[in-house]
Parts: sequence; C-alpha cells; structure tokens
Amino acid sequence: MSVATGDTWAGVDVGSTTTKAVVIDGRCEVLASHVVPSGTDLGRAASTCLEEVLRAAGGPAPRAVVATGFGRSAVKGADGAVTEITCHGRGAFLEFPEAITVVDIGGQDTKVISIDRTGRRVGFRMNRKCSAGTGTFLEEIAHRLGVPLGDLDAMARRSKKAAPLSSYCTVFASTEMLSRIRAGEPIEDLVRGAYESVVRRVVELTALRGTVVVTGGVVAFNPIVAEILGSVSGADVRVPRRPQLIGALGAALVAKDGLRVHQEQEV
Amino acid sequence: MAEHFLGLDRSARTGDRKVAWCTSVGPAELLRAMDFDVYFPENHGAMLGTTRLAMDYIPVANAAGYSPDICSYLTSDVGAFLRGATPLTRAYDIRSVPRPDVLVYSTNQCRDVQEWFTFYARRFGAPCIGIAAPRSVGELADAQVDDVRLQLEALVPHLERVAGRPLDVEALKRTVGLSLRATRLWAEVLGTAARSPAPLTFFDGAIHMGPIVVLRGTQQAVDYYELLLREMRERVRDGVAAVEGERHRLYWEGMPVWGRLRALSELFASLGCAVVASTYCNSWVFDAFDPSDPFRSMAKAYTSIFIARSEEVKQRYLEGMLERFAIDGIVFHDSRTCPNNSNSRYGLPQRLQEATGVPALVLDGDLNDLRCFSDEQARTNIEAFVEQLGG
Repeated sequence: MSVATGDTWAGVDVGSTTTKAVVIDGRCEVLASHVVPSGTDLGRAASTCLEEVLRAAGGPAPRAVVATGFGRSAVKGADGAVTEITCHGRGAFLEFPEAITVVDIGGQDTKVISIDRTGRRVGFRMNRKCSAGTGTFLEEIAHRLGVPLGDLDAMARRSKKAAPLSSYCTVFASTEMLSRIRAGEPIEDLVRGAYESVVRRVVELTALRGTVVVTGGVVAFNPIVAEILGSVSGADVRVPRRPQLIGALGAALVAKDGLRVHQEQEV
Repeated sequence: MAEHFLGLDRSARTGDRKVAWCTSVGPAELLRAMDFDVYFPENHGAMLGTTRLAMDYIPVANAAGYSPDICSYLTSDVGAFLRGATPLTRAYDIRSVPRPDVLVYSTNQCRDVQEWFTFYARRFGAPCIGIAAPRSVGELADAQVDDVRLQLEALVPHLERVAGRPLDVEALKRTVGLSLRATRLWAEVLGTAARSPAPLTFFDGAIHMGPIVVLRGTQQAVDYYELLLREMRERVRDGVAAVEGERHRLYWEGMPVWGRLRALSELFASLGCAVVASTYCNSWVFDAFDPSDPFRSMAKAYTSIFIARSEEVKQRYLEGMLERFAIDGIVFHDSRTCPNNSNSRYGLPQRLQEATGVPALVLDGDLNDLRCFSDEQARTNIEAFVEQLGG
C-alpha cells in the first residue's frame, strides 16, 4: 500500500491492566506512544490514551484507528476492532520478520501465537480461565509479600537457587510462599520460583517453535521472565524494543493495511 | 415434547404406565417395546443448562458431596432434585421429575451416568440395572458386540419383573424399525448442511435433536423428522441460509455450552461463520439398527458411537466429516466436567490439523457449569480464530 508521506495510523490496546496507544507513519515507524492505567472505565482510558498519543505525535488526524485488547469493543470512534492475538503477531513480526512464536504475557491472560515465515498466523493458544502464569499472579505475589511489584525482578536476580512452587493456583501459591518464608527459605529464591511458575504455565500451553518473541507488560517490567523462558524452553528468546506496545503497534499496522488482519509481505 | 413430559408426569402420578429412566444412548427401544414410559435425565440436564438454572443447583450437589469436577449434568440435576426444583415446572407446570420404577443405564458414554442413576435408585428405592459397555473401541469386534448383546438380553428378566409382562419380540422389532427410520431421517436433516449455504447450523441441530433423543422408537419422532427434512430441503432449494453471507464453514466437536447456545450462535453468525456440522448432533445417528436382529443390532449401534471409540477411529471419523461438509476450521470444546466427550485432551486437534490442514481451535468451557466458561476469553478465542481463517 503506498501512502503519502506524513500519513499516520493509530492503534490502541485496551488491556485488563493498562491501555496503550501508538501512532505510526508510512514506514511503520512509531512516532509516539502513550500508556495509561485501564481502571474501571475502559472507554475513558482508551479516549484519554488516544488523545495523549495523538497530541504527542502532532500533525493531522490519523487515517485510521484500530482498537485491540480485552476492552477493544469499548473504544468509541475506532475504525475497527481486532483481537490482541492478531495484533501481537503483527507487531512482533514487524521487528522479527521470520517464523516466530509470540508469547504475550499480559495482566490477565497469556497467549502463545505461531506465525509462519510469511507473517501469517497459523495457530494460537490462550491460558484457561485462571490467572496462573499472568501478570495478576505476580501482582498477587508482590502484594502478599508486601514488596513493590517493581522490585520483584531485582529480588529474583539475587537468588542463588529457585525454590519451585508446588501450587498451580495464584492464591495458594502466594500463601505457600508466605509459609515457606516463615519456615526460613530465602525470599529471593521463592520469588525466582514464582517467575519460573509463570514460565511453566507458558511452556505447557503449546509447543514453542522457532524464535520466541516475548511481548506484553509483564516482560517489559520483568525482563527476567524472558531469560527464564530461554533457559526452561531452550528456545532462542527475544524481546522487542517496546514489548508493552506490541499489541498497539500491531493494531496500528492493521489500520495501515486497511483493516486487513494478515500482513501482506511477499516471501 | 410437551406430550412426552405431560405423559410421563401422568404415568408417574397415576401409575397407569411404568416409568423407566434411560441414558440418552441407552436401550430405549427395549424399554418402549415393554411399554415403559421412558424418561431421559440427560435431556433434563440440558434443560437445566439452557435455562441456566444449573448455576443455582450445581453448588447444592457440590455441598452434598458431588464434586464440581464431575459431570455437571449430574450435579445440576441432583442439585435441582435436592432443592425440589425442575425446569419442567415453568415449561409444563409439572411439579417434579417422574418417579422411576426402574433405572437403566449404559456406560457407553461415561461411568458418571451409573453414579447419577444410582443416586436416584437409592432415593426412590427403585432397581438400577445397566450395561457396562466397552470403551475406547478401535475396530468393533464381534466379541464386543456379543458382550453387549448378552448384557442387553440379561436385562430382559429384570424389566419383565418390573413391567409385569413378558417382552414381545415383535414389538421390539417394530420399535427398532421406528428408531431406524427416525435416525435415518435425522441423518438426512443434518446432511443438508453439506450444501452451501447451509440451511441449518449446529445450534439449530442442538434444539431439533430433542425428539431423536427422547422420542426415538416412536412414530412421533419419525413424523417430526419427515417434516423437518421437507423444510430443510425447501430451504436448500430456495437457497435459504442459516447464516446470511456464509463466509466460513466450521465444525463443532464436543458438548454444547448449553447456557451459551444463543450467545455463541449469534457470535459465530456475526462473524459470518456457519457452524454447519458437529459430532454431537450426529451422535444420535445409528446406522446399525436392524429390525430383523434387534438385540445384536442395538448392541452394535450403541457400541459403535463416536464417544466410545479409540482416538484413531475418532480421527478417521472427523477427517471424513471435515471433507464431507467442506469445513474451514474446527472448534473443539474442552468441556471441563465432561472428559469423555472432550476430544482435545490426547493430541487429536494437533494430529487432525496435521493430517487435513484444517485449523483447530480449543475452547475451554463446560456443558452446564458456566463457572468454567469465560465469555470474554471465548469471544477473543473465536474472533482470533476467524481472523486466522482470513477474516
């Protein structure tokens, strides 16, 4: 698709925890991005996020806006809505144009998305109706341990040996951690064990093939997840430059392609 | 259907006719031939699911010791009974399920039915008899058919005692003949969806299957499907589509999500998808009935059903269905409390996709327990699947 220079497209990814928006230009470069908490009013979060990102990008209104994410249907004024599964695939493939498996770990769900070498999605799998292996799991752990969420990554890195958690359930896992800390086990080892639990939930969803690209807010703030995923799966694991924005970027790419969900690259 | 339930209620209250409870793929022909009024608890379970009353009663059964991990037909039905409730009250002004004189099960679908029927046998002090059917059957062996035939024949003296009359073999032959006619008509009805656009969907079939389950072996079932088949043929002739602008043709594998039948039907239709075929609706197509050999043919019919077969046979069956109905994608419903009819748990979707190239989606949910079903996750999964198909 050939467009005049200066044309822009926007994507907004309304997740369960945060809402992200990006504006791209005709070369698919990100001109501006913005992130706000999703809160309880998803439509409002989307409007705020879009207003901010468009102000930051400057220039005329975008040619099209596509919404994605958990709250995609709450976005008013979008030209279309596409699932985050398509958008994470599109966004990740832009940076890694090869056969990849995208692992998107979000606030309340985890998706594993298989993309072939042409960029076409050939399969996907979502977590079951359970928060195990998602950002919510880590939030609960931080809350129960009384440590800031942002400190978990550094704590896990101080661990000398992960202490595996036996519980699958988020609530039971956090109470198990508390009991074991009281029994004298190092908190760092248990936090590392919690990260390994997140990764185990991912690798048991489906087989990971080819290069693995980890996207979403969890890896953006907990890069250790990608490292553990690499060591557990043995896969070549990459993290894009802006992992949290990949869904919004994918939505902007779909907007640019005239709402066609499959990207059009020739092999 | 109203006549069926009102008749059962009358039989149970007046004692005019003996009432037999039967599993949905159990030996209904034998019971009808002995003039039992036949009641199917699974049908009642589906009614609890579609009305979403199941969500009120499953916890009651859980509290009585029936785990949330076992069949949610069982837990919703037992829970409703413990509360003295039934959807039949609202539908037909019937106070309760009909009191059984005998309960007859077959484990050809699962063992939960045996526990389910045993619960009621204890409550009502009625005899509970049944067939321990072979499971995971590969090529159906004569020995397996004969095993079930002998078990069917062994039921007869018990049933004769309850019925107070001997079995009339000619009546059994006539009943098997009526079942054969109804099942052939039902197969033809479902087969009309091989045409594009399909005149009916799986969601329509899940409603229209009522008579093949509860009226099998009666003239009413034959009449119903003759009428339905005429209507479907007219729709095919006139090009009437169940889903306007049918863009993708999908296959549903596994149990329905009864409490979301309409929502899922509307979601698929809004995406231009016609779910044109299913294993579930075809599970009441019995090719093997033969009026001249009623016991053996019933044994064969009820042992060769999909749910009782090996993974290899299931895959072969699905490959045939995907081709016959020109399917673009298959949705496997992984029904949390129904392991026996969740066919995604031993790698079948992956093997099927590899063999046919038809993409598969596994949808987590349940037949009746909506605590196991997430509307939002289901919507995202289905929309993403349709996008993958070329949305």
